[in-house]
Order: sequence, then C-alpha cells, then structure tokens
Amino acid sequence: MRDVVIIGAGVTGSAVARELSKYDLDVCVLEKEEDVCCGTSKANSAIVHAGFDAKAGSLMAKLNVRGNEMMDELSKDLDIPFKRNGSLVVCIHEETKEGLKDLYNRGIENNVKGLKIIDKEELRKLEPNISDNAVAALYAPTGGIICPFELNIAMAENANENGVEFYFNTQVEKIYADEDGIYHIKTNNGEYKTRYVVNAAGVYADVIHNMVSEKKIKITPRRGDYCLLDKEVGGHVSHTIFPQPTALGKGVLVSPTIHGNLIVGPTAVDIEDKEGVNTMADGISDLISKANDHVKNLPMKKVITSFAGLRAHEDNHEFIIKEVEDSPNFIDCAGIESPGLTSSPAIGEMVGNIFKEKLNLKEKENWKKTRRGILNPSALSIEERNELIKKQPAYGNIICRCESISEGEIIDAIHRPLGARSLDGVKRRTRAGMGRCQAGFCSPKTMEIINRELGLSYEKITKCGGKSNIVLGRTKGEK
Amino acid sequence: MEKRELTCIGCPMGCQITVELDGKEVKSVQGNSCAIGDKYARNEVVNPERTVTSTVVVLKGDKTRVSVKTKNNIPKSKIFDCMKEIDAVRIEAPVKIGDVIIENVCNTGVDVVATRNIELCEATK
Amino acid sequence: MKAYDIVVIGGGPAGLAAAVSARKSGVKDILVLERDKELGGILNQCIHNGFGLHTFKEELTGPEYAYRFMEQLYEEKIPYKLNTMVMDISKDKIVTAMNREDGVFQIKAKAIILAMGCRERPKGALNIPGYRPAGIYSAGTAQRLVNIEGYMPGKEIVILGSGDIGLIMARRMTLEGAKVKVVAELMPYSGGLKRNIVQCLDDFNIPLKLSHTVVDIEGKERVEAVTIAKVDKTGKPIKGTEERYTCDTLLLSCGLIPENELSRNAGVEMNLVTNGPKVNESLETNIEGIFACGNVLHVHDLVDYVSEEAKKAGESAAKYVKDEQVESDESKTIEIVATDGVRYTVPSTLNVDRMEDMLTVRFRVGAVYKGKYVSVYLDGERIMHNKKKIMAPGEMEQVILIKNKLKEQDNLKTITVKIEEN
Repeated sequence: MRDVVIIGAGVTGSAVARELSKYDLDVCVLEKEEDVCCGTSKANSAIVHAGFDAKAGSLMAKLNVRGNEMMDELSKDLDIPFKRNGSLVVCIHEETKEGLKDLYNRGIENNVKGLKIIDKEELRKLEPNISDNAVAALYAPTGGIICPFELNIAMAENANENGVEFYFNTQVEKIYADEDGIYHIKTNNGEYKTRYVVNAAGVYADVIHNMVSEKKIKITPRRGDYCLLDKEVGGHVSHTIFPQPTALGKGVLVSPTIHGNLIVGPTAVDIEDKEGVNTMADGISDLISKANDHVKNLPMKKVITSFAGLRAHEDNHEFIIKEVEDSPNFIDCAGIESPGLTSSPAIGEMVGNIFKEKLNLKEKENWKKTRRGILNPSALSIEERNELIKKQPAYGNIICRCESISEGEIIDAIHRPLGARSLDGVKRRTRAGMGRCQAGFCSPKTMEIINRELGLSYEKITKCGGKSNIVLGRTKGEK
Repeated sequence: MEKRELTCIGCPMGCQITVELDGKEVKSVQGNSCAIGDKYARNEVVNPERTVTSTVVVLKGDKTRVSVKTKNNIPKSKIFDCMKEIDAVRIEAPVKIGDVIIENVCNTGVDVVATRNIELCEATK
Repeated sequence: MKAYDIVVIGGGPAGLAAAVSARKSGVKDILVLERDKELGGILNQCIHNGFGLHTFKEELTGPEYAYRFMEQLYEEKIPYKLNTMVMDISKDKIVTAMNREDGVFQIKAKAIILAMGCRERPKGALNIPGYRPAGIYSAGTAQRLVNIEGYMPGKEIVILGSGDIGLIMARRMTLEGAKVKVVAELMPYSGGLKRNIVQCLDDFNIPLKLSHTVVDIEGKERVEAVTIAKVDKTGKPIKGTEERYTCDTLLLSCGLIPENELSRNAGVEMNLVTNGPKVNESLETNIEGIFACGNVLHVHDLVDYVSEEAKKAGESAAKYVKDEQVESDESKTIEIVATDGVRYTVPSTLNVDRMEDMLTVRFRVGAVYKGKYVSVYLDGERIMHNKKKIMAPGEMEQVILIKNKLKEQDNLKTITVKIEEN
C-alpha cells in the first residue's frame, strides 16, 4: 500500500510529487499517457506570469505571485533556463486606458513588484515593433519566460531521483474508499491502494473528483490555438506583449520563447472533448488578426508550426486546491488553468502544507534538491566541447540540424530518469525536431538511436505512445 | 481516324504530343520537340513501356536496401509482376552498381540491376 | 588553424560538381564537408530514373547520377569529411565545423562554395487545421524511410501538394503496395514536372485534384482521415465541397526552401523571392570569395542544371583563389530586373567585363503561360523576344546573354527579363 498516489504527471502532479519527495513517504504517480507533460502542460504560452491579472485575494493571485517568486531558485536547482523578460499589457484605445490603472492597482494588491504604467514613447523605446495605435502599457518586470516541458520534466525527474515512482500508460478507471478509509484505485494496469490521493488530472480533474464525491465539479476544456515562429524572427519583440484582458482571459499574446522562437496565441474556445487539441482554420486566422492589433509587421510567414492546447477551466475561474469535503484524504488540484504553469511550484508547496497538517511528516536526510539537466554543448567553449567529444564522441554528431542537437544529448534524454521512449519524448527533452524543419530530417535518425538504445524495433517506435506508430511495417513484406 | 493526346515522358520538358491513329497504325505524330518524343509517342499508343525502379532487400550490408532499376523499359502491363519478383529477392552484400540482381525479369528480356554500391556491414567484415 | 584554398559546404550534387570543377580549373587545395554519412546528398534517396539526360545523354537514377560525380571526386583525390556538420561560416571565411573524430574545428578558407541544398516546407508552415497525430510526413522524409531504411510510413495515403517529390512518392508507395487515394494541389496547376503527372499518377489512376487543399486532419494518435476541399481564387476553401478520405498517412509536398541559415549568419545578402543568396555573373555573393550553387541558391527542377551551375561556381571560385578575376570597376555592375511574370533571375547582377562570352540566366515564372513571349531588354531596347509554347512555375526557364551584345550598349544600366503577351 502507498502513502500517496498522485493522479497526473503534468506540471501540477510533478510539482506535488517533487514536494512530497522531501518526506519519508511512499509516493507514486499514475499517468495515462506514455510520458510526463502530455496534456495541458505541454501546450500553453510558456509564460511565468507576474500576477497582476488574477482577482485580488484569490488563491490564483496568491499562488501566481508565490510561484513567480520561487522560479529563480527553482530554475537554478533544476538546471533549466528561465528569463525575466518582463511583460507589457498594451492599451490601444485611449478610452480603455483607465483599465491599465485597474490592472496596476490589482497588481499592487496582489503584491506584484516593480509595476509601472508607461507612456507610448517609453513603450516604443522598449518595443520598436509595438503597434502604432498603442497609447500606454502596464510594465511588469517580474514577468518571465520558461520552457514548460523542461520545468515539468525536471520536477518529475527530481521527484523520481528522490524515490517517487511513475507509472505511465496507466489510466484511472474507478476509485473507491473501503471501510478503513483506504482508497482503491482501479486502472487498466491493475489496482493501487493508498491512504491519500492527489488529483492533478488537468482537464480530467472533474472526472477523477466526481468518482469519489457527491459534490460534483465541472472542468471545461478551453481550447487555445497557437502559432510558433522561426528563431530568425524570435527577436521581433523582447517582452511578452499582452492585450488588455477580457472576460475570456488574458487574450492573444506575442512573446519570445526561452529558446528564441516567437509564440503567438492563444485563442479561447470552450469545447466538450477533453482530447480536442485540433487546431481550427478560423482560430488561426483570428489569432493572426488579433496579434496584429498590438504588434506590427508580425512575420506570420515564418510560422514553423501551429498547435492547440486545452486549459482546464473551472466555472468559477479559481484554483481548487483542498481536501474533498465528502472524501477525506483525497486532495484536489483542480481548475489549474493559466497561471497554472507559473503557480505549479507554489501549488506543490501548498499541497505539501496540507500534508504537513495531516501527518507528522519526517524530512528525508538525503533529499536531493538539485537535478542535472541535459548538457547544452553549445554553451561550452570550443575546448570544453572538444574535451567532451573526446570522451563521448556522440556529442560530436549533430542529429537535429535546426536546433543543433547532438546524438549525445539524445542518448542522455533516453537513459536519464524517466527517460524518453518516443519521438515526442526526445523532442520535449532535447528540442530535437522542434526547429524549423519540424523533424523532417532528424526523425529517421532519432528512430535509429531509439532503436539502438532501447532495443525497440522501428515498428514499435511511436510519436507519443499508444497507436501513434511512425512506420507501419517493412517494405518487401520483410518481417 | 483516332486522335490521341499524350504528354511525352522522354525528358522533363513534357511536350504535348498529338498522335493520329488508324487502328494500330500511327498516321502522324505532332508537337514533339525531338526524336525521343516521336519514338515515345509511337510506342505509347500501341505498346506503352516504363522503367521500373525500386529497392531490393540486402543481407549483411551496411544498409538493408539497395536501389535497383530495370535496365531498359518493360511493358507497362508488367510493372506489378516485375515488382513481385523484385520484392521476393534477397541478396547479400557487397553489391556493386550495375550488378545484375534479376535476370530477364518476367520474361521481358530485361535485367534488373543495382543502381548503387552497398558495402559489407562492419560487423560481418 | 588549418587553411584551404576552397572549402565546399555540402557533398550533394552541387558540392561534388563544384569541387571537381574547381580542381579541374587548377586549384589543388580543396575540402568538401558533408553532414550525412555518405556523399551524394538527396540523390541517394531519389532512386527513380530521369536524371542526367542533359549531362550524360542517358537516363540515370539518382544514386547513379551522384556516383558519376563521386567517381570524379575520388579520381581527383579531393579530400572530404563525412558526418561533419558546419556550425558557422564567418564573413572573413572561417568555417567552424564538428564531427565525432575531430570535435569542433576551424578552417580558414580563401574561398567558400555554398552548396547546402534545400529542405522541405514543413507541415507547420502550412497551418493545416486539425490534429497533429503520427502519420504526417513531408514527402522527402517518407522517401528516405521507404528507399533507404526500408520501412513503410503508411498503407493508405493522401498527398497534399503536387511537387515532384510528392508525385514520385505517389508512384513509389503504390509500387510498394500502398493505396494512394488522392493528390490535392492548392494551385490551379501542378508544381511538378508534366512527365511525373503522367508516369506517377495517370499510370496508376491516382486522381490529381487541382485547386484543393486539406481542411481537416482526423485521428488523435495516428492519422485516420483527411478532408480536402476545393478552394476559391484566393486559396480559401469553399464550403460544401469537402471530401473525406479515410487514410493512415498524409504526405506533404508543398515546396522547398533553400537552407541558408549559415549564409545569413555570415552576412550573405538574400534574394527575398528565391530565399537564396543574391549572386552576380560569377555566382559570387555580396561577400567576396563566397560563391553559391545548386538548391541553396535557388530551387532547381533538374539536377542537370544544378551540375552545370555548380561547375560554373567551381570555376569562378578557382579564378578568385588564383587571383585571375578580371579587374573591373564595381560601378559597372548591371542589375538584372525580373518583372511581368518573371519571379526572379539568377544571377541578379552582372559585370560585363567579368562575364564569359555567354551567360545563362535562369528564372521561374509566377503562373502558367501559354504561347507567350520571353523578352529581354537592355535598358529600353528589346534584344530578345522568344515565343514559348508553355511556361509553368514548376519548371525553370532560361535566357542566354551574349557578352558582345551587352558591350555594344553604351552606358548599360539594367537588363530586364519579362513575359510579354505579344
């Protein structure tokens, strides 16, 4: 029997797992996909929000600001890139300028540091490509950018190194508590028994919650389409540019990404299908026109991919992080939509505190706070790099031309804790295949490496688990 | 008299050719830019032919496939029969460009030959 | 730092021909850098026939064509490095490269020939609505999987785009037992060669739907169906014309993009139409001593023209290295203007003093023209007016400029190439 079972290996589940790995607890994570970071966590704006947007006094506001504060140290501990590039909420109508002031005041109330309203001259100096219609902006220097994959993967890896087990391709089908209050979790891969459950199931958090509670909740998948642009134009803006928020959210942003691309998105459409990550033609055209309202000369011809993500929207637009009233020892982390990525470490901390109140937690003596990331050879000097290649020649063999990713990095991604087993797994860990040719060149080469390193036949290699096989057999009827 | 419109495949220019036919007898060929076009058109209306290119399974090679072609054109109607023979062949490395892989494929009088070199793989050397 | 007279970036058809021609023009010290594990570039996976009619007067397959040039390279004993990725080219012609054996190394080159080729336009750039499951490949990736690795990317196939690789793959997959259901092309004309439509589609009764595009991709894990629809003149799908095809694979053959990241970083000036460097009559870029040829310069329809162009780049680089470039005044540079249906020309400038007796200017047209004229003007005066039966965007065109004719023109400023009605 486990002490804690966490359902979902997204950014929330992984943050909770890492937090609980500090203590002498038997913790495992159940994930229905083949890897961590496969749902909401993988397709979002990749922004560390400053925290002026959430309603004052809300849990969302509190955890956003706390998560933002934690990010500097966390990113160092986890060896992942993070940059405070600053956010700008840009006002393009003289009539709505007052709205900036409201946002500023809310930010002050939420305890966001360094906020400032700037006029159009200063704005233009900061962002030469800002729309000619811009009249003023709210500047938040603490806003930042991060790689959502790396944050998620790094927290999970770190949790795993500290003893948390992850079970993939494991979908929860039914949960019930027996008379002793022990939870039985039935999955497609057998039953797990546990004293505590953390529900971090993203868009499925309502399904999981409703398995054990009469007080039903509803999570609506809110789809957002995005476009990612070539690194060649990654410097079109240097801050994260937001429009003024509306009832549907923070609107379409334009931002550099931590790896130097430009991201434009998202749209916001409420849908029923919890797997409905299909992009829509009108969504993308809507995106382009909206983004152009705030940023001029957007080089949309340089789009290298478009994709859609789902936000786990709860009716009250608030995080639900608490023990379920009619189901003791079952803790929800539900409604984790934006600013969920930013808030994730603070959510982990909060769930940790809930456990501290319930249990007499004992800290592990040998808890490892830091995690070594995948080496980035391009950050080395030529001499250092040559030293590395001499020891491990695979670092001298470039596999992904666009992102300049070597075989050494891919091998590391495969063999590290919770290593990659699919093309997407390799992509999210190393960026191989994420560049301008979108894996056209490196897919066959990455398959060769996966085949060799994992002994997985080509026919069994998938894009992202399940039936997402890359090839459907050999030519010539060869077996 | 029957008129047939063809696109020449003799070279990448792709000339539009008009052939006048009386039964199986070609009366005229027009629109071609060269002799290849004339020959192609006369052939195409009575006995269309194609070169088949594909790959053959190689054992013990540094690659698992070697590219091959029919050394000359074969009747279009025999393309799929030819592929059956090609698919069934297994050859051992090394292979040299021009090596005959299948003699007289489908009784056409045409050989299937290798179009690249395949070395022995390191492990079997 | 090692030094070479000429470093050739890329060992595909362009790089091979350029290196051989530079050697034949008397340059000893040449190095070819190739990122793949063998020479020959993309030709190795182009196992179909149709190459070399111009160059060798016979019809070869891609690997055979490449081998002819590889043999010449071996005969000339020109050194080359495989599995070697060029990471950077600087404007003072220092090449930084890397491989497993040498690690990161730098080479000082007197001249550089850019021959990196091109890549396929990725699916992302097409903004196709729908899911992003496995089973969506660019035609070239599928070609590599089938022809080199021996794997079937799928069994039931829809192809978007009628570029040559897409057409060739339609036949290839059919011969390997797959069912190619339809080829959809956004434009009202095919982007590929006419002969390929005949022998790759018509021969196998594969329908080609012009003015059609993909409007939906279904399947969450692997492609399950693709819906195509007719488009209007602006390229927008027309409601009510949708046709759904169940399939497991979508192949994309929607154009090629010259791979010029290295060139751009070096400061090479680009032509916005070709996405390749701007070059003069010697195929030299704005950076002295850096030359370009093949698909990195502009996407070609025939490899024969690549070889021809590369030979010229090799000769020019040799002249540069040997200091045999004709002395001339930069002010004598003449611009070649592409207009009225002519999308671009290569080269885009020329210097009459430095040109050979005859100069081939290659270009592509922007639409299908039947019975129209290709005209060349020297400033205001028309010196060429050739009627063409048919011109299409999928095929390259050329005009030949005669040095003596240009010399006769006093104070010549611009040469204009255009399409005329009559």
